[in-house]
Amino acid sequence: MRDFATLYLDLDSSNRTNDKVAFMVEYFRTASAEDAGWAVYFLTGRRPKRPFASTKFQLWAAETAGISPWLFTECYDAVGDLAETIALVLPPPIETNQEGLAWWVQNVLLGLAKEPEEDQRRIVQECWQRLTTPERLVFNKLITGAFRVGVSQELVVRALSMSSGVPQATLSHRLMGDWTAGSLFFESLLSLDQDASEDLSRPYPFCLAHPLEAAASSLGDLSEWHVEWKWDGIRAQVIRRGGNTYVWSRGEELITSRFPEIAAIGDRLPEGTVIDGEILAWSEGRPLPFAELQKRIGRKTVGAKLLQSVPVTLIAFDVLEFEGVDLRARPLSDRVQILDQLKTTGLVEVPMPKTVNGWSELAAIRDQARDLRVEGLMLKRKSSVYGVGRKRGDWWKWKLDPFTIDAVLIYAQRGSGKRASLYTDYTFAVWNDERQLVPVAKAYSGLTDAEIKEVDAFVRKNTQDKFGPVRTVTPMLVMELAFEGIQKSSRHKSGIAVRFPRIARWRHDKLPADANTLEEIKRLIPD
Amino acid sequence: MSFAVSENPKLLSLTDRGLYCEVGDFYVDPWRSVDRAIITHAHSDHARWGMKHYLCSREGEGVLRRRLSPESHITSYAYGEEITLNGVRVSLHPAGHILGSAQVRMELDGEVAVVSGDYKTAADATCTPFEPIRCHSFVTECTFGLPIYRWQPDEEIFADINGWWQENQAKGRCSILMGYALGKSQRALSGLDPKQGPIIVHGAVHAMNEAYREAGITLPETRRLGELPAGFDFSQAIVLAPPSVQGSTWLRRFGEVSCAFMSGWMAVRGAKRRRAMDRGFVLSDHVDWPSLLGAIEATGAERIWATHGYTNILVRHLREQGKWAEVLSTEWEGEQDASEAGAAEQEESA
Repeated sequence: MRDFATLYLDLDSSNRTNDKVAFMVEYFRTASAEDAGWAVYFLTGRRPKRPFASTKFQLWAAETAGISPWLFTECYDAVGDLAETIALVLPPPIETNQEGLAWWVQNVLLGLAKEPEEDQRRIVQECWQRLTTPERLVFNKLITGAFRVGVSQELVVRALSMSSGVPQATLSHRLMGDWTAGSLFFESLLSLDQDASEDLSRPYPFCLAHPLEAAASSLGDLSEWHVEWKWDGIRAQVIRRGGNTYVWSRGEELITSRFPEIAAIGDRLPEGTVIDGEILAWSEGRPLPFAELQKRIGRKTVGAKLLQSVPVTLIAFDVLEFEGVDLRARPLSDRVQILDQLKTTGLVEVPMPKTVNGWSELAAIRDQARDLRVEGLMLKRKSSVYGVGRKRGDWWKWKLDPFTIDAVLIYAQRGSGKRASLYTDYTFAVWNDERQLVPVAKAYSGLTDAEIKEVDAFVRKNTQDKFGPVRTVTPMLVMELAFEGIQKSSRHKSGIAVRFPRIARWRHDKLPADANTLEEIKRLIPD
Repeated sequence: MSFAVSENPKLLSLTDRGLYCEVGDFYVDPWRSVDRAIITHAHSDHARWGMKHYLCSREGEGVLRRRLSPESHITSYAYGEEITLNGVRVSLHPAGHILGSAQVRMELDGEVAVVSGDYKTAADATCTPFEPIRCHSFVTECTFGLPIYRWQPDEEIFADINGWWQENQAKGRCSILMGYALGKSQRALSGLDPKQGPIIVHGAVHAMNEAYREAGITLPETRRLGELPAGFDFSQAIVLAPPSVQGSTWLRRFGEVSCAFMSGWMAVRGAKRRRAMDRGFVLSDHVDWPSLLGAIEATGAERIWATHGYTNILVRHLREQGKWAEVLSTEWEGEQDASEAGAAEQEESA
């Protein structure tokens, strides 16, 4: 455990990408294959099921440390991170351990969930006695499932590639989908033997676009660009291989059974085909609001009623594999032609106007997006390959300008991970007819580090009340919020739900009384 | 306005100028001008300007004089040397915080009160170790009065610091080690391995090093920036500086750097992140939680006053243990959080 704990702390304390990669390379080179396999598992954000509620975990820690529960809570409040608080309050270890990460995961962690509560407590307390403070931190993080250390899967892949010589794209592919770090996992991950054991169900890494911030005309000749609507649904890959259909979300979750309509589309695809597209709730030739689709997302199984009220479909925009051949290195224009041949299988198409004369005409088309319930346009270079991750320059999302409102900060909560000790998660409110402030949106991003510090200090000084982790603050700060969409909602007190809210800027120039009214905001709701 | 701290209000009470002994007519670390002030140690929240007459430990006189002015009227006494002020028996005892730091013991009609100032019980090569004193009333700091604060032995921390310096040398980065100019920097210096490379000090640190050396404390050889030849290669060097240099143009001359901060606050990752440090070393000159409770126990005090730090928490905990404890609101600050330390240090070195 010592080496992995060291790796964790090194990654956690470093701000330089190259250093992070170097730390991982060093670890992968020296760790046993079993340990390295589990390290990849956790570093890429995978986690076993949480074995017990965190309240029990806190209680056992306070008991071991010999402190009252209120004192533990005070400590937690000062640290802001449960796993770290526990690691710090425990008395020093009385034994040492030589076991590696894999031993701890396989012999302790994975079995914990099945144990009765008494044994869980005993096992956890015995483990703490054998772990140093940094090791405890990592152990606790693995248990609580809050293992985040500021490396993306892309960085892990880069480090694996550097330490093994296996190309990054191959590694990305092998890391997709469902897997656990079994005994031969790491060896097969780094196997130079291509394709031999590649899983038929496995999707390709998704190619992602960047938001277009410059003027569209800076992209040069419009004829070099392929234009699509930018849909607001679930990005998905539909795979037809070996007589089976697999539907994967961008979160690398296998969602075939949740979307039988999409599975049916996949079943009609010819053998050896992989489609990239967007799943949308769809009715009468246009998408339903995203909130409708959300009703389907959480369900593992869907009933007949939901299938009828929220039918879904697939908008296909790319084909990554055809007749069993990987097409990703071919130019987009070729892939789009092949995709056209597949349209007969029932893939939905929402065509763009065939001829568009220049960027300003395209901008006018983009302005219709809201009526069509799309987010804007996608601009993809016709000559572009299907890259891995977020490569800059070939794929752009050209979204509509967001809605903006001025709202008042009323609640604050601590962030998590890197922002654990700061108040970074805010709830904003606007005025209703009775001149009361009603919450309309939560926003977590958009402020600079310096501004976050300032708001944090404000929250600490102006707390009116505490409800669990939430602090009510004196309504004084006004922020401009931006959001992508707005809908009616019966689930929210305000009667509205906004999509992707974030802080556009801090309106130092405005007083709470200047914030928008709910009435004004409701007028933004499309018909 | 004042209220009693010791049982006899004339022995020790809190006034708006500070802790006051009425019979002896002296204050301990007062925050407004008074005639006679006993100073526990030379940090600026305890040793303020404008007192007519200062009393301190002999070990701490040189440091205090540098912090105040050469003209300040200072009388110093050896640790344990007893003086009588209007019938109050007063003596200073080592507090182990920094060079010359003292606890103030005062006794009147058989009642003893002790003001700890800032203190630590762990070893420190640059000052006399803490000495527990039996008393009836004990005024204790509690800067790190939370169970999350437990310090590692010095050897481990110094091995970490020297190891970090070595890693930076291998990468061709200059190591910037930040901490309070008085106390923390000298303690750190005493743990650095001078064979590893050149040790360079900021002017504020240098001034305090001189005071330490004059008091007979051995520190490794250090060099000031001004002494270095033009084009000096900083890639193998370690630089000791106050925290105020972070993000300043002063740092630019060193080329690629790695910055570390030494403080008890560095025990918590969030504090380190807020300060955007590459490394944080948990090196504190205050007691940690177990030592704090141990020190309180060792006094045998009937009345425990908690000041500057997690006062409410310590008091609640002590009461749960069946002890008499109260919060004492003073204007002392203890060691400040990383985010505020810079400003304080700037004032100090100004």
